[in-house]
Amino acid sequence: MKKKLAFAAALLAASVLSGMANAKTLVYCSEASPANFDPGTTTGGNDFDASSRTVYSRLVEFKHGGTEVEPGLADKWEISDDGLVYTFHLHPGVKFQTTDYFKPTRDLNADDVVFSFDRQFNKANPWNGDKYLPNLTWDYYTGMDMPKYVAKWEKVDDLTVKLTLTEPNAPMLANLGMDFASIVSKEYAEQLEKSGKMADFSTKPIGTGPFQFVDYQLDSVIRYAAHPDYFKGKEKIDDLVFAITPDATARIQKVLAGECDIAPYPNPADIGTIKANQDVTLMDQAGLNIGYMSYNTTIPPLDKPEVRHALNQAIDRESLIKSLFQDAGATPAVNLIPPTMWSWDKDVKADAYDPDAAKKVLSAAGLTEIQLWASDRVRPYNPNFQRAAELIQADWAKVGVKAEIVNYEWTKYRSEGKKKDRPGAFQIGWTGDNGDPDNFFATLFACSAIGVSNYSSWCDKDFEDLIQKAKKTSDQAERTKLYEQAQVVFQKQAPAFLLAHSQVYAVVRKNVSGFMMDPLGIHRFDGVDKAE
Amino acid sequence: MLKYILHRIALLIPTLVGITICAFAFVRLLPGDPILAMAGEHGVAPARYEELKEQFGYNLPIWQQYARYVGEVVTGDFGVSISSKRPVLEEFKTLFPATLELSFFAMIFAMVLGIPAGIFAAIKRGSWFDQSLMGTALVGYSMPIFWWGLLLIIFFSGYLGWTPVNGRIDLQFFFKPITGFMTIDTLLYGKWDAFRSVLRHLVLPTIVLGTIPLAVIARQTRSAMLEVLGEDYVRTARAKGLSSARVIGVHALRNALIPVVTTIGLQVSTLLAGAILTETIFSWPGIGRWMVESISKRDYVVVQSGLLLIALIVMAVNLIVDVLYAVINPRIRAA
Repeated sequence: MKKKLAFAAALLAASVLSGMANAKTLVYCSEASPANFDPGTTTGGNDFDASSRTVYSRLVEFKHGGTEVEPGLADKWEISDDGLVYTFHLHPGVKFQTTDYFKPTRDLNADDVVFSFDRQFNKANPWNGDKYLPNLTWDYYTGMDMPKYVAKWEKVDDLTVKLTLTEPNAPMLANLGMDFASIVSKEYAEQLEKSGKMADFSTKPIGTGPFQFVDYQLDSVIRYAAHPDYFKGKEKIDDLVFAITPDATARIQKVLAGECDIAPYPNPADIGTIKANQDVTLMDQAGLNIGYMSYNTTIPPLDKPEVRHALNQAIDRESLIKSLFQDAGATPAVNLIPPTMWSWDKDVKADAYDPDAAKKVLSAAGLTEIQLWASDRVRPYNPNFQRAAELIQADWAKVGVKAEIVNYEWTKYRSEGKKKDRPGAFQIGWTGDNGDPDNFFATLFACSAIGVSNYSSWCDKDFEDLIQKAKKTSDQAERTKLYEQAQVVFQKQAPAFLLAHSQVYAVVRKNVSGFMMDPLGIHRFDGVDKAE
Repeated sequence: MLKYILHRIALLIPTLVGITICAFAFVRLLPGDPILAMAGEHGVAPARYEELKEQFGYNLPIWQQYARYVGEVVTGDFGVSISSKRPVLEEFKTLFPATLELSFFAMIFAMVLGIPAGIFAAIKRGSWFDQSLMGTALVGYSMPIFWWGLLLIIFFSGYLGWTPVNGRIDLQFFFKPITGFMTIDTLLYGKWDAFRSVLRHLVLPTIVLGTIPLAVIARQTRSAMLEVLGEDYVRTARAKGLSSARVIGVHALRNALIPVVTTIGLQVSTLLAGAILTETIFSWPGIGRWMVESISKRDYVVVQSGLLLIALIVMAVNLIVDVLYAVINPRIRAA
């Protein structure tokens, strides 16, 4: 009998062990250590990959691989006719993760949703300030103007939440799909507050997302396991590991050696090696960004659209992009928004390279000298402002315009550049936050953004009317039409020279399926599978 | 001896004050504004900017900021990271064992190869061995660490597949750190596979970090040895008919080692400086990489406290070397 029992135990042990051996582990070589795991308090893409996109969910989500908003924790929602009241109906029976540091006693409800936002603006909430973490700034919540637009959040019943706005704001829905809008557990927060371990909220996260947190070794490895009760169904991979690898060359070598399955942001110089390798796929997509050069449209002769067009025509954009982005490549920009974003107008045409035509207009306008601004910083949308400036300088010299390059350190560069009376052409760019066209058009070229982020000091009545109307309309088809018209106006008025949308890359091993490049620049592992 | 040690410690105080000033000034001389850096592309509204400046204490006059900083450091408060919001000292304690472990192996590597190489070069002075060794040492000394590290990774890990690309241990091994030293922790857990994995991960970073100290030690040993070999007592020993091994091993080496010990002590700062690059290439979770990332994030608090902590360690090591030197060489004590 004893022998039989021992045999049975051995069998059981063997099956458990083999079960463990069969556990599917996906290793992601991430580019940097997360600041912490509370997405309300951080701002980096790598922070969000490690927290909001793995551990948490939101009321609404972005479609995988796109920028359209789809249901998340809210199955459906209604927007009042005046565009001021949003009513969200929560998915019933959504479970928070059970870990060795927290055992939830209830499902997700409206209290969690209200708490998730309240903590970010209500100074009376103990989680808003120093009691939780020192020097909290809630950058994204304030950066997206939430304090200005949100009047209140209310619980209607356990599964219904009401959001009231101060004025209609169609991009609000996209804001709620952003990382800072991740829904946290109020029950967990209360438990930590009681035990006096509030800081744990940022290091041991609990959410409703596809993966649950297991362990983090500082600057080294983050481990997650599939959330068994995930409301959209358990993931196919059992374990997810982030191997933090800051050096781009080392990261790529790790994928090639099979030490990790997915790695983002290869060096442009390594693109050739990666393409030649049989075991990996190089995935790419136009990033949700734009590199451009703003003309100050208030200072003559740059106040005339034909002069701005002529300056654009004088630039050999194709060579410029090739020289700047090299093997990594970039999509020449036709509109301010990238082609992956909804409402991108395919009928708009960029100014063609035509130095002869440009020369005539420029000499007629008497433009012989111009300031051309450059900074020292590498940005995703422009890897080298200085080189770009030198190439543009050479192109403009050919049409009789002498450009003087003005240099500043990055933070000073921007604070000088946004001044209303800053002369000349100013190189800058933008990386989108939430996939809503308003996040490009209004942030960068609204009249109210002059002196803040409208580096062209451009205030055009037609353009302004269109984008403001689009902001207040909740019907997406209607908004699309308005933004298309706005893009036509933009091209006609040419307040800026549009350079390019840089490509974003990821290297993925061939046995990995379901991984998608995301225009928002995030890396998601829900829906990813791996063949042995 | 005690008087000597106290004297050395007293000398450290002005150095320490100097370091706090340097660390404090350094981060403020870096171009860039920490608040704007935090805000990223969005920028911040002027009102919010002032609010944040006040929250972080950057609105105070610079000497007040300095006084506040020194006051905190004296009470053992090294501040809280702007980006992670964790206490700097806690992060330092978590990460330092990784740097220490790597530096230890790099130093062993440099000594085990460097000292014998230097001795042989001295004995065979002028031979092709000496010439090529010193040539190689010069190359090693001038080696750009970043390039050297990537080259080794691409060749040994990428092309040959002999060593792991980076990291401290294979990801399949997962345990709570006890001491923070992976070589010790894996043994404490009795995991031999894990221990082997740790050693495999140590190979390349050890070579990369140990290259410059190796070159320096080899050259220093050679010149110290040459000097000693020319001394009268060595000639006397030879004349007495002692074996060559005994003359070199007992009479010459012991005396030649005095300057070598100093050199080794001085290499600690080279190791810590090299760790910044080595750790970045090899994704080594130590304090070097931590500093680099904090500088790029303009995390003032981490950079100034981190610099101070690293400087404290270098000073402590220098103190130990001074004391050791006095132990080996009694003439120093009297001076």
